Amino acid sequence: MAYLVSHPDEVKVVSSRFGKGAASIETYLALDGYSSARKAIELGSDGIIAEMKASNLRGRGGAGFPTGLKWSFVPKQSAKPKYVLLNGDESEPGTCKDRLIFEHDPHSAIEGVIIAGLAIGARMGFIYLRGEYRYLLTIMERAIDEAYAHGFLGKNIFGSGIDFDIRSHTGAGAYEVGEESALMESLEGKRGIPRIRPPFPAVVGLYGGPTVINNAETLATVPHVFRIGAAEYAKIGTERNGGTRLFCLSGNVERPGVYELPMGYNLKKMIYEVGGGIAGGRALKAVVPGGASTPVLLPEEIDIGMDFDQVGKAGSMLGSGGVVVLDDRVCIVEFALRTMRFYQHESCGWCIPCREGTDWLKKTLTRFHAGGGVAKDIDNMRYLAENIMGRTLCPLGDAAAMPTIGFLKKFRKEFEDHLDGKPCAYAEQGDAALAPA
Amino acid sequence: MADVTFTVDGKKLTAPAGTLLIEACRAAGIAIPQFCYYPGLALQAACRMCLVRQEKVGKLQTACTTQVAEGQVFTTESPEIAQARKATVELVLGNHPLDCPVCDAGGECELQDMTFKYGAGVSLYTEAKQHREEQQWSPVVFFDRPRCILCYRCVRVCNEGMDVAALGVQSRGVTSVIAPNMGDHLECEECGNCIDICPVGALTSGTYRYKTRPWEMNHVSTICTHCADGCKTTLGVRSANYGAEIIRGDNRDRSGINGDFLCIKGRYAFDFANRPDRLTKPLLRDKDGQLKEATWEQALDRTAGRLRELRESRGGGAIGVIGSNRTTNEENYLLQKFARTVLGTNNIDHHRTADYAAFVRALGERGRGRSASLRETASAPAVLLLGNDPTQEHPLAAWNLRTDVRLNQARLYVVNHTPIKLERQATATLRIPQDGYGNAIRFLAGDDTALPADDAGRGFRDALRAEPSLLILFGSEYRGAGVARVIEFGLGLADARFACLGDYVNSRGAADMGLLPDLLPGYLPVSKPGGLVEEYGGALPQTPGMDLIQIFDAAARGDLAALYVVGSNPVLRYGIAPETLKNTFIVVQEMFLTETAQLADVVLPAANLYEKSGTVTNTFGDQQLVNKAGDLAGTRSDFEMIVRIATKMGADAKKLVPYGRGVRADMGQSRGAQSGEADRHAVWLAANNLEPKLSPLDPFAVLDEIERLVPGYEPQAGGRAELMAGNDIHLEPPSAPAASSADAGPARRDLVLPAADTLFTSGTLGRYSEKLNSVLEAYTTAARTTGRDGLSPVAAGESAGERDRRA
Ligand SMILES: Cc1cc2nc3c(=O)[nH]c(=O)nc-3n(C[C@H](O)[C@H](O)[C@H](O)COP(=O)(O)O)c2cc1C
Ligand code: SF4
Ligand code: SF4
Ligand code: SF4
Ligand code: SF4
Ligand code: FES
Repeated sequence: MAYLVSHPDEVKVVSSRFGKGAASIETYLALDGYSSARKAIELGSDGIIAEMKASNLRGRGGAGFPTGLKWSFVPKQSAKPKYVLLNGDESEPGTCKDRLIFEHDPHSAIEGVIIAGLAIGARMGFIYLRGEYRYLLTIMERAIDEAYAHGFLGKNIFGSGIDFDIRSHTGAGAYEVGEESALMESLEGKRGIPRIRPPFPAVVGLYGGPTVINNAETLATVPHVFRIGAAEYAKIGTERNGGTRLFCLSGNVERPGVYELPMGYNLKKMIYEVGGGIAGGRALKAVVPGGASTPVLLPEEIDIGMDFDQVGKAGSMLGSGGVVVLDDRVCIVEFALRTMRFYQHESCGWCIPCREGTDWLKKTLTRFHAGGGVAKDIDNMRYLAENIMGRTLCPLGDAAAMPTIGFLKKFRKEFEDHLDGKPCAYAEQGDAALAPA
Repeated sequence: MADVTFTVDGKKLTAPAGTLLIEACRAAGIAIPQFCYYPGLALQAACRMCLVRQEKVGKLQTACTTQVAEGQVFTTESPEIAQARKATVELVLGNHPLDCPVCDAGGECELQDMTFKYGAGVSLYTEAKQHREEQQWSPVVFFDRPRCILCYRCVRVCNEGMDVAALGVQSRGVTSVIAPNMGDHLECEECGNCIDICPVGALTSGTYRYKTRPWEMNHVSTICTHCADGCKTTLGVRSANYGAEIIRGDNRDRSGINGDFLCIKGRYAFDFANRPDRLTKPLLRDKDGQLKEATWEQALDRTAGRLRELRESRGGGAIGVIGSNRTTNEENYLLQKFARTVLGTNNIDHHRTADYAAFVRALGERGRGRSASLRETASAPAVLLLGNDPTQEHPLAAWNLRTDVRLNQARLYVVNHTPIKLERQATATLRIPQDGYGNAIRFLAGDDTALPADDAGRGFRDALRAEPSLLILFGSEYRGAGVARVIEFGLGLADARFACLGDYVNSRGAADMGLLPDLLPGYLPVSKPGGLVEEYGGALPQTPGMDLIQIFDAAARGDLAALYVVGSNPVLRYGIAPETLKNTFIVVQEMFLTETAQLADVVLPAANLYEKSGTVTNTFGDQQLVNKAGDLAGTRSDFEMIVRIATKMGADAKKLVPYGRGVRADMGQSRGAQSGEADRHAVWLAANNLEPKLSPLDPFAVLDEIERLVPGYEPQAGGRAELMAGNDIHLEPPSAPAASSADAGPARRDLVLPAADTLFTSGTLGRYSEKLNSVLEAYTTAARTTGRDGLSPVAAGESAGERDRRA
């Protein structure tokens, strides 16, 4: 079980109940739980969506799509049942926040799903957990049972006359099923392959019905928006980036952990103050700001606010909130290899550029890191990555290409240092931050 | 959908809104590269070869999934796009074995074409390729994973097209692999459509693999010799020391009545042609009762001599003729003409598999124009299937019906006494007792007492009768008056069209051409030959002859002096005891020493349908051209044998075959230097009936006469040109008053004997196909049966031949 960390700069909204035993419904209720769902019932569909738009909450799954807007795309009338899907597949390397929600505050996720269901007129929600989070399933399922027992799920929830059900489901160990349409395939019992879009899930989603799919943190935040009010929530963050988010600070920092900070919080400050600086007082080499798929930032590039727009302007992405800090002992070639090993292993294989491209990048990087590289490899890898970029069916191809292009662009010298059988200058010095794939 | 206008490569195009860009471009002559896209099958967006640039859109878009809308602007070729495609080809070649020099697909490979076009000529990788060993999945399907580019066409054609779903994808990422349904092997319909649709050489055919290069074959377009649907097939033929060897059957150009489709028989079951036990020398029975090899002259002289003697001594009434379901229209026509004018007998029949005569009679004047072509099975908005199991007996019709349901949301209504696979596509099914086919029609016509009717049954009837337009297909469960009832019922509906389902490639042609004791070509009663008497230049016997059963009855009584059998095995089929025929002089034209041939006095080695030219008519009445693919040294076509026997009997060849009458065109004028020109010129001449028929052995001389004299075979508008170009011509059955029941003479006997073939059998002929047998054996050992109830599936431990005999 993950242990919790804390820092005075934190603004605890979504994590406000962490460590307080809120997995039990009694505690959750004592801490204002399920009050938002009641409010939402009062507000009705249009009211809920208006609040969500006003909150400026943007999806925490990676792309940062405004949540209220997403919900508003679901047609009011539909011949097929509508669904809410909670995406708890959390597999992006460097990201480990959703699991804290499942462990410490599962009811907030359930309440979020209920509110989303009320907003779009769904009668059914699914909570999809990453396969490796099976140990959290017990907690989640107990929470669902409790909600049923209290009449918050099932027939006539909260005495409103509305029926709403939630079922949980787990993946089987594929990163790709975190992608929204692949997740729907998986949930339907098929291979986890993404779907062709359009049509988008809001119109044709799970079992062909209109579907809202949101990240676990996004949905767990929703009850808090109603608890503290949309305007108040929006105020915490920056322009068009409402509220807080859970940042997963990992790598070579003194105090790694998941911290809830306002959107727009300065990255440098996050590393040096919240994280306590580079471990052992070493020098910073690079930062991966939003999970393994986001392009690397150099030390001189990190004086930026951590919101979707500012990180985007800096040439990277806020992504899933996984901030990975690399110190001067890290071999970038090895780091690139580890990253690629992950994407090669996780490519679903449906489309040619990603399936074949990640494999050749992995093979080339493996040889390259082992000292078998030739000068041409550096350009070849760049060429390969650039020819995956933007050409694939789902964004996994881009997720593999983007960081690779970043490493090759910003650390070309380090690649050149590996040439001609030269041993890796960093070989003896320690390990990179990423867990092996 | 309303038309929209959009721009592609600077050209304004118009198409219905929502049309896929790749299709809109194709229609405008703009070819967009594609591996995974396949018309009519589910979209995949997997290969990324079709990427194009859409104005104001950030990323390149896949043309195979983009639906056109008003005002869009696209670019389909540019340096950026070429680079994207080149990179994709480079990537896919990375793990490709590049064994093009030995690959079956070499020269016919879409990956080669794309590499050639986009020039991915340099390998960027030095690491080892992903490898897997080649696998044999069935007697006819092999898989070579390294060559596979994962376009998923095979998976879809098997799933969506065949409704077999025997193929799937296993594993993920670069280790993804196409896998067969039984783990290491296939259990499926063995159609080979997956092989045909594979853009590369990953799936290969058991008859063809590693045998030749595509450019070393002649490619001859002809018609499958098996079931009565008459698929067009392109045979790959290679010369051999004994003539020619057929090594491949496919329909890759998707031309013809069957589009993409061939079943196992069309694709693989041509190997009988080159079997070692194929007869290549005439056989004569010697004094000791043994069949001994003889020369053609000896055999033909003996045949003609004896027939002439017996005609003279005992009269035509003592001679019987049994024709074939697998010979051409021209041969069938010639055979009946020979029987009636030279042998002087109406004792002519064939193995009937459906009651076409009753069908034609029932349609009559009211049903004029209501006979459906096979093509309608793929487009009719609603279909009623009465009896039959098309999946087994009419694989192409079944494919079409599935396609119709899948792509056109057609409604299929099935009436059967036993579950059939097509019910999976059916809107509704009516289960009836095995003997309830007649009652089913009474029930559908409104008689509630005819069947134990429940709500579901009445619902079936109501839905069916509410159809504004209905295609009615009926099997051989309906005969004689039963057929009339079906037609009567259909004519009472808003709009119905009909087809009668028989077996074998030309059984319809056999009936149409008058291989019947009571009916002349075009179903004219023998009692009213009309102009034929003069045309045939002499008296015609005008009382109905003996039918097939009566012929053998006569033999048993000692009243049959001679029996002339062309391409048929009645001794087996009708269980004739050999002693029955001991006093009859028997001539058999055959490919093999069948049960019938074994009893013959003269056995004449015959060419099969792949070794001759002419036309055939499928069970729907669609006439198609048969082209000679090759020869087997020593054999002769049935056409040639009939003409030569007739002339040796003293007949005038010119009367039998109207050769030498054609208009002579100036052969020199329009002929170009290239051989292609010459071919086109020949087609044009033939199409315009200008080609001089200089030989009495030219079947097209007889086709001329058929078109002139046989009701229902009159040339259609553009008919001959279409026919010669390899297209199918739908023929409406004649509705001359002569074909009405009043004139049809005495009540016809029901002699219909369905072939009861499964996907893996094909009458007597099927026994001689090693490929069919090997598949059957594989399934027999797997204790898996394929037939429907009552249609005699192969039992465990039984061989193909044994099953056939039992059936
Ligand atoms: C390869 C891939 C993996 C993804 N994995 C996850 C995941 O594990 N969890 C998640 O919430 N979103 C994941 N996403 C993003 C989802 O597709 C989707 O955008 C997200 O769930 C939407 O929720 P949000 O609007 O709340 O961010 C992934 C996307 C891709 C392309
Ligand atoms: S980009 Fe990769 S993960 Fe996404 S569909 Fe293509 S092969 Fe699958
Ligand atoms: S041979 Fe036909 S039935 Fe068998 S796997 Fe291939 S497509 Fe499917
Ligand atoms: S076997 Fe052929 S048709 Fe099937 S996926 Fe591979 S390349 Fe495509
Ligand atoms: S469906 Fe009939 S005609 Fe077509 S290939 Fe099969 S046996 Fe031949
Ligand atoms: S043809 Fe469009 S992606 Fe394959």
